[in-house]
Amino acid sequence: MTRALILLRRRLVGSVFVLLIVVIGSFLLLEAAPGDAVDAYIVSTGGDAGMIELLRHRWGLDQSEFTRLANYLWALMHLDLGQSVTFSRPIREIILERLPTTLILMGSATALSFGLGSALGIYAGARPGSFRDRSLSIGSLALYAVPGFWLGLVLIVVFAVDLRWLPIGGIETIASGKTGFSRAADIATHLVLPVSALGFIYLALYLRMMRAGMAEAWRQDFVLATRARGLSRRRIVLAHVARNALLPLVTMLGLQSAQMLGGSVVIESVFAVPGLGRLAQEAVAGRDTPLLLGIILVSAVLVVVINLLVDLAYAVLDPRVGAGEASA
Amino acid sequence: MSELTISRRGLLAGSALLLASTALPTIGFAQTPKKGGRLVLAADSKPRNLNPAIVASNGVFFISSKIVETLAEASFDGKDGLEPRLALSWEGAADGLSVTFKLRDGVKWHDGKPFTSADVAFSALQIWKPLQNLGRTVFKDLEAVDTPDELTAVFKFAKPTPFQLIRNALPALSSVVPKHIYENGKIEDNPANNAPVGTGPFKFAEYKAGQYYRLTRNDAYWGKDEPYLDEIVYQVLPDRTSAAAALEAEEIQLAAFSAVPLADLDRISKVPGLKVITKGYEGLTYQLVVEINHRRKELADLKVRQAIAHAIDKDFVVKTIFLGYAATATGPVPKNDPQFYTADVPTYPFDVAKANALLDEAGYKRADDGKRFALKLLPAPYFNETKQFGDYLRQALAAIGIDAEIVNNDSAAHIKAVYTDHAFDLAVGPPVFRGDPAISTTILVQSGIPDGVPFSNQGGYKNAELDALIVKASETLDTAARTELYKEFQKKIAADLPLINVAEWSFISVARDTVGNIANNPRWAVSNWADTYLAG
Repeated sequence: MTRALILLRRRLVGSVFVLLIVVIGSFLLLEAAPGDAVDAYIVSTGGDAGMIELLRHRWGLDQSEFTRLANYLWALMHLDLGQSVTFSRPIREIILERLPTTLILMGSATALSFGLGSALGIYAGARPGSFRDRSLSIGSLALYAVPGFWLGLVLIVVFAVDLRWLPIGGIETIASGKTGFSRAADIATHLVLPVSALGFIYLALYLRMMRAGMAEAWRQDFVLATRARGLSRRRIVLAHVARNALLPLVTMLGLQSAQMLGGSVVIESVFAVPGLGRLAQEAVAGRDTPLLLGIILVSAVLVVVINLLVDLAYAVLDPRVGAGEASA
Repeated sequence: MSELTISRRGLLAGSALLLASTALPTIGFAQTPKKGGRLVLAADSKPRNLNPAIVASNGVFFISSKIVETLAEASFDGKDGLEPRLALSWEGAADGLSVTFKLRDGVKWHDGKPFTSADVAFSALQIWKPLQNLGRTVFKDLEAVDTPDELTAVFKFAKPTPFQLIRNALPALSSVVPKHIYENGKIEDNPANNAPVGTGPFKFAEYKAGQYYRLTRNDAYWGKDEPYLDEIVYQVLPDRTSAAAALEAEEIQLAAFSAVPLADLDRISKVPGLKVITKGYEGLTYQLVVEINHRRKELADLKVRQAIAHAIDKDFVVKTIFLGYAATATGPVPKNDPQFYTADVPTYPFDVAKANALLDEAGYKRADDGKRFALKLLPAPYFNETKQFGDYLRQALAAIGIDAEIVNNDSAAHIKAVYTDHAFDLAVGPPVFRGDPAISTTILVQSGIPDGVPFSNQGGYKNAELDALIVKASETLDTAARTELYKEFQKKIAADLPLINVAEWSFISVARDTVGNIANNPRWAVSNWADTYLAG
């Protein structure tokens, strides 16, 4: 357990710097984008010079970039994410409202792609080169090549418009008054399509990785040894070949979590899911710098935490990891 | 499709459907509106503010016009194109220094307090004049609002103000909000801006971030038997393709403001139970305009501007880009405007040979590579159609030897590039005609407007004669004389081409045929929907 603690301490110190760089970098990037929050706002309203000046002043945009960044960082040190200009509400509130939706969507999609992907990968990798291996590989690659929004639209047309088995979008039935279990079931029904669209795309990654790892493991001496020991084929596949191929998948899981956040922007739009991805899109379009920074910060924290968990899982799965550091 | 519905929803739903379909032929006649029901419709993203008194824009009106009412609403057959709402009558003084409104009796705010002339005075003086995006221009000379009794409001102007302008401004600019809710604290920070309180047929019920807005019936509404609907739900559907799918899946009953893209209309009009409606937006006409930066030497030459006008095939634009859901334009006032439009202006028929000849005459001969000069073209990104027209314009210009480089920006960047930085040669913009040229049309060509004002003349165009005409029209009190001046205004613009008007269009609604009383006024999508109902 000490190994894990040392890992944790090291990571946390590193993370603070990572987050600081992320915040400053994003701020500068957004500043470099032409147009500010007022420009984005007057697109839909118009307005005269006096009104525009008034808005710039109210939203603090008449201050220099440096002052605004300094103010933001100062507030951030006090764990204050600031006020959104597009929503005129505290950013913490807005993000907390959206975060659970994104976590459920991402979590379910990751579970789907990781679970189904590695299971199919084991199935394919049990006999590399066989017909089922080849057909699964080609099928998953085809899915991987499909753009997310298009897969989403096809799912909508088939399952929501034609068959009408599932709702077309949203996170739950509007003003249904449902509570408890029936509400959870309602949300689950609404999540089937977006989770499938998001999960199926990344499924190929896990499948191919598992399959490739297993194909390689089959050629190694320890597999020969297990055979020589007369272990059952089932045991060789699951306990030896697949377990060895699993480690890179766990690494991938950490890396993919960041990707998944990006992919959910598109899926959230297509399925009208009120998550962080869509919020980020609105923040960029509205040049809502503090809101976008808040979202990036929360996403970065999320990614750091997930990767930390992955590392810890790694340490559990593979006794070699962190052994050197612990003894040092 | 309908068989599937019957088996899925059971016999009851099936027979209701049958009833609705047999009732169809009579819908065109005076069918008695049915009471009750929830209307679910598509909305795109959240407007920042739901107070129509502060932000007079279609995005805000779409939701808030059902909650907060104006003094008068646009009408197809009412006198001067208006019908009463909170005001019963309006009378302008001959000297143009005052307008008297007689207000509706027995109207109550959603919180039960009575609506009085004090609310009108407060809204006009504290909000429309100092804060509202459009009101700051139209009500700039409003000095005081006298309230001799609870049902009379007299607007006093410091300078003579044309009554015609005030009248034309009523549907969009005169949203009345309750004084007792806004009088304390900063108006811009009032919580009622996000949960409005009004006198309208519907009350604001709830907003779920990124999901929906829900309005419920105002049982104390002043309209007899109105409203018919129990609830209106705006479902947020950010992806435009999903609005069409949601209609087909019967999850929503209405998609207004062209939520269904033009390219899908042909297919969706064939879906049983859905109808495509082009009426109900006459008062919200958008104009497809080529904005010109007159600081460019070549573009400052009238012959070059005429050549560009001749190079654009307006019929092609209407047929191909707007798929027929638009009209060609002749000038800065749209053809469907009942008061000001004149067809008697110089026109520029599509004629590439003539355009080439004009450019030769202007002294911009083709170089060896066939090009005369290059310029930067910035299509506004707000509509698919403005972007597509940018692509078309590039080709049309290539045909006359002008090499246009398209610069694509998102909305905020486009606004900054064109209206603040003037970093464009040509831009494609969609200004809105709001029923009177003085509201938002004259500023498209007037000189002396500060940098950074969107949808205004930022192309450096200066025409003293035209400026004088605009000032004169703004001071002319007689309606006929004022109208005549704006006809002159159209002629001058068509002759001198400070910008080129290409086409005029508005939005399309797609609805289930159970939705009744759709599109019965020229601003239907942004009107109060007190008489909208669901049949079947």
